Amino acid sequence: MGIELRGITKAYEHAAQPVLREVNAEIQDGELFVIVGPSGCGKSTLLRMIAGIIPITAGQLAIDGQVMNGVPPKDRKLSMVFQSYALYPFLDVAANVAFGLKARKMPVAEIKKRVTEALEMVNLTKYRARKPRELSGGQRQRVALARAIASDAKICLMDEPLSNLDAQLRVKMRAEIRELQRKLGLTLIYVTHDQTEAMTMADHVMVLNDQQVQQIDTPLDIYNHPANHFVAQFFGTPQINLLTVKAEQQATHELRVDSALKVVLKEPLALGTYTLGIRPNQLIATTVIGDTGNAQVINVETLGEQTIIEAILDSGVPVRIVQAGQVQIDIEQRIEVTAKGAAFIFDDHQQLIVEQGGITDDQLVTAK
Amino acid sequence: MEMTTAGQASIRRRSGLVFKYLLLAVLAFVIIFPFILGLWTSFLPTTEIAKGSLQGHLSWQNYHDAFTQTPILRYLFNSLVISLIQMAAHLFFASIAAYAFVFLEFKYREQLFYVVLATMMLPFEAEVIPNFQTVRSLHLLDHYAVMVIPFLTSAFGIFMLRQAFKQIPWDLKEAADVDGLSHWQFYRQVALPYSKISLLTLAAYSFLGSWNQYLWPMLTTFSNRLRPVQDGLRQLHSEETATNWGLIQASAAIVVIPTLIVLFWGQRYFKSGLNEGSVK
Repeated sequence: MGIELRGITKAYEHAAQPVLREVNAEIQDGELFVIVGPSGCGKSTLLRMIAGIIPITAGQLAIDGQVMNGVPPKDRKLSMVFQSYALYPFLDVAANVAFGLKARKMPVAEIKKRVTEALEMVNLTKYRARKPRELSGGQRQRVALARAIASDAKICLMDEPLSNLDAQLRVKMRAEIRELQRKLGLTLIYVTHDQTEAMTMADHVMVLNDQQVQQIDTPLDIYNHPANHFVAQFFGTPQINLLTVKAEQQATHELRVDSALKVVLKEPLALGTYTLGIRPNQLIATTVIGDTGNAQVINVETLGEQTIIEAILDSGVPVRIVQAGQVQIDIEQRIEVTAKGAAFIFDDHQQLIVEQGGITDDQLVTAK
Repeated sequence: MEMTTAGQASIRRRSGLVFKYLLLAVLAFVIIFPFILGLWTSFLPTTEIAKGSLQGHLSWQNYHDAFTQTPILRYLFNSLVISLIQMAAHLFFASIAAYAFVFLEFKYREQLFYVVLATMMLPFEAEVIPNFQTVRSLHLLDHYAVMVIPFLTSAFGIFMLRQAFKQIPWDLKEAADVDGLSHWQFYRQVALPYSKISLLTLAAYSFLGSWNQYLWPMLTTFSNRLRPVQDGLRQLHSEETATNWGLIQASAAIVVIPTLIVLFWGQRYFKSGLNEGSVK
């Protein structure tokens, strides 16, 4: 049955604008559902409304088919992991994990068993008698996870649980959380501002921006079929190139940024102004001699397995190009930027209208 | 020898330190000298003190006399009872009031808090006469209650604990909500342990405040049976022992001892960092 959000809206009395409007979503049992968006988009508010910590202004929240509006948090049968971990500093690790169970009046023997199991699962058995201040950031984070594991709730809410960890630990914990979620069969709602976490962890992603849902889809579908400018820019590093183009002839098959950089379309387009979205790996930079070409390199980042080239087109528009491998290219070098062909076309309301040569689901290559 | 920049800096730093510690030593001496003088004289026979001499045979005689010839034990007991009750009452009432000001939402919360704060502006001396009339009409004069009831809560305590509770990360409250803790459970199991240091500070402050009460017990108690220590000392001074300075010094030293115990015991807890690791 899962969790259903029907037209969830949050508004505060003193504010004219609602902080969230008309959120609709269906979260399946046992899936990892990521809510992603820039800071201030209302994602934490949404999570707190699901938890029941803050009231829902309008709309309906149903868990397993039961309407939960107004039901106190403890009766929603869920656990929550906070960005700050929210550990009790005066309790040791085991007592921190046991705290919520005691509050729910679970039998002592059962609490003991669950705490031991949960600590084992996050590899903290050795540290059970330590206070939070004697643990590293990653260990504290794991105590917070153990708390969620020990609870018998099948729904777990996580609010940016990894944002206080360093980059390497984050990658490790990402995999650990994913594994735990599968092992325990949790329905996990995970809030983050990090598109990489959304891409790598989620079964389904909800992209929030501007107080509204932008798109709900699987990570790859979001990457391959971004619904609008925002989603296209939010997913994928380096960022997609959005270039304004004019279709000057009726029913044209060609969109030209300049004489070299153009995309040929299968379907004709009507007259008008469009935005051409091309991922950096769908552009090619060729070095040219002298003053020819259509762009000048302003920055080069060599990452080892790929090279990111930033250049400025002669029209003044910056573009990012990704080339595989280690490319020797100088700053201020003249280059010719051309497109491989895959592109998104957005209308003047920033909505996706045409996909050109991208990967569709049925073209996905199955790994052997 | 050539003076390097590093050498000069080192000399400047050292002379700065010397000056700083010299100043601190002088100030410490100024403050502690009367105390030492009092302690010293408490071991001298009264005849020597009366002569203005600071020498003589040191003995515990004055202390022995204080315990056997004066009701000082009774005074100490009275003060202990009153101070402990007042301390416990301050901790309880100030902490529940502070909890309400931080974790409950109600109309005019801030305004009410400022009303509480405003009572701190009024000096106690200004309240003495109306308070005296109230307790007299309640027939509480010369009774333990008169020294306890007017001091059951403390605006300063509410203010201090409100600040302490405000330091509790809001995430802890939300986590407790998810776990289904009631306000009372959150108060007992999270807010109080989290604010342990502030509670201990307030406890020491309240205890000492009560221990050192002088004006109010002097006005409202008339018998040795109920008199607390500070007024007991005055009583010793004005009664038949008026010229026995050695005895009075010894009594004063006895009265100060609990204060010192509270301060030394309290000091252990005034370490920072006990709440590290809760969030982030």
